[in-house]
Amino acid sequence: MQLDWSAIPRAADFLFEGFKYSLSLTAFAAVVGIVFGTLLAMARLSSIKPLNIAASIYVNLFRSVPLLLVIFWFYILVPLITGYDVGAERSAYVTFAIFEAAYFCEIMRAGIQSIPRGQVGAGQALGFTYGQNMRYVILPQAFRNVVPLLLTQTIILFQDTSLVYVVGATDLLGAADKIAHRDNTLVEMYLAVAVVYFVISFSLSRAVKALHARIAIIR
Amino acid sequence: MGHYQWNWAIILEEVYGTGEYYYQWLITGLGWTVATALSAWVIALVLGSLIGTARTAPIKWLATLATAYVELFRNIPLIVQLFLWFFVLPEVVPERLGLWMKQDMPLPEFFTAMIGLGLFTAARVAEQVRTGILALSRGQKNAGLALGLTLPQTYRYVLLPMAFRIVIPPLTSEFMNVFKNSAVALAIGLTELTFQMRQITGEYAPANPIEVMTMVSAIYLVLAFSVNRLMAFIERRVQVPGYISGGK
Repeated sequence: MQLDWSAIPRAADFLFEGFKYSLSLTAFAAVVGIVFGTLLAMARLSSIKPLNIAASIYVNLFRSVPLLLVIFWFYILVPLITGYDVGAERSAYVTFAIFEAAYFCEIMRAGIQSIPRGQVGAGQALGFTYGQNMRYVILPQAFRNVVPLLLTQTIILFQDTSLVYVVGATDLLGAADKIAHRDNTLVEMYLAVAVVYFVISFSLSRAVKALHARIAIIR
Repeated sequence: MGHYQWNWAIILEEVYGTGEYYYQWLITGLGWTVATALSAWVIALVLGSLIGTARTAPIKWLATLATAYVELFRNIPLIVQLFLWFFVLPEVVPERLGLWMKQDMPLPEFFTAMIGLGLFTAARVAEQVRTGILALSRGQKNAGLALGLTLPQTYRYVLLPMAFRIVIPPLTSEFMNVFKNSAVALAIGLTELTFQMRQITGEYAPANPIEVMTMVSAIYLVLAFSVNRLMAFIERRVQVPGYISGGK
């Protein structure tokens, strides 16, 4: 068959718009997800029972259902609750931040649990309150221990943003799909999208590996 | 939200103008979800074990090939992979084969989803199996070789039986992922559970999306929990005495 590769430069502007949306969705979900996930992790490790249980339910719920289902939940629920038609692009920000928080929570929990108990005692002995202890002693170390895991999860998140295609959002895949159907260039567009995702995810995961080797704490 | 008309019995009602009931649609969806996930899991386990083992083999070209497979399938989103199998592959293979795939192949959505999801998951299983093999002490392999076993025999009788037991917990997660990821097949038109939910809440019961979404989510929770229990049972049955995970 004849492939028309010039279809890609012709569509470059629109594809780039979609790509920028994919990136901003990834960045937003990663930042909000890590902050919210850290709070959830502290709740899961807390000795306050109701807090602990609520956080566990939250995390286990989101880890047991498909992301795609959650995308539909919020796509349908956000307009129902707010009364506004917020659109696929904006509802996806909410979806990903809330969903990814559950995954980042588990990473942060592992990080916090990897800190020797003596560190907590040392902070307390210095007269730190719980909040100060977390902020100055535990979290900086926990964070450093799990930076590679957080980055790896962010690469997975970047790939998963392609799922917003199913609610019609114009991410990289959505943009390519729209052009592909307009110009009948399915093969060229889908292959191009695959190459873009591969090159970015592959190079980033290589970079994370190199970083991991550098920052690993030797005990 | 104030005017939402709750109706949990929606599930028992007839789908307007079809002679079928909503619960029948959900059951059909569940059937495709389970069929796709289980068959993809079989592919993933077999292929993933081979590739994971190959990555640890002292045969350079084989290890490189296996690594290339893992990197390729891990770094492209699943939905894009399914599109490649479903829309792109028939266009780039020889014309007669492509025509057959487009026109005569039975259950095209199901087989594409099964193979696509299977190959995707195989890359992830391969990583777990490889980690399991590398976690064994070097002495195990040397001991096998010193006994006069060939390298394949060492893998078969010494390394793999241990490695597989070690990686049951991460494999449990992958098994659960396969069920969750099967939802992505709705993008190529497989009428699995999430597809049916979308169909019902979108076109047929737009007034009661919350009830339908809640039920579908509950079904996924039950699936995830069942897989988890099944794997915990297997883990207990095959535990190795003397290892931390194996109790006494």
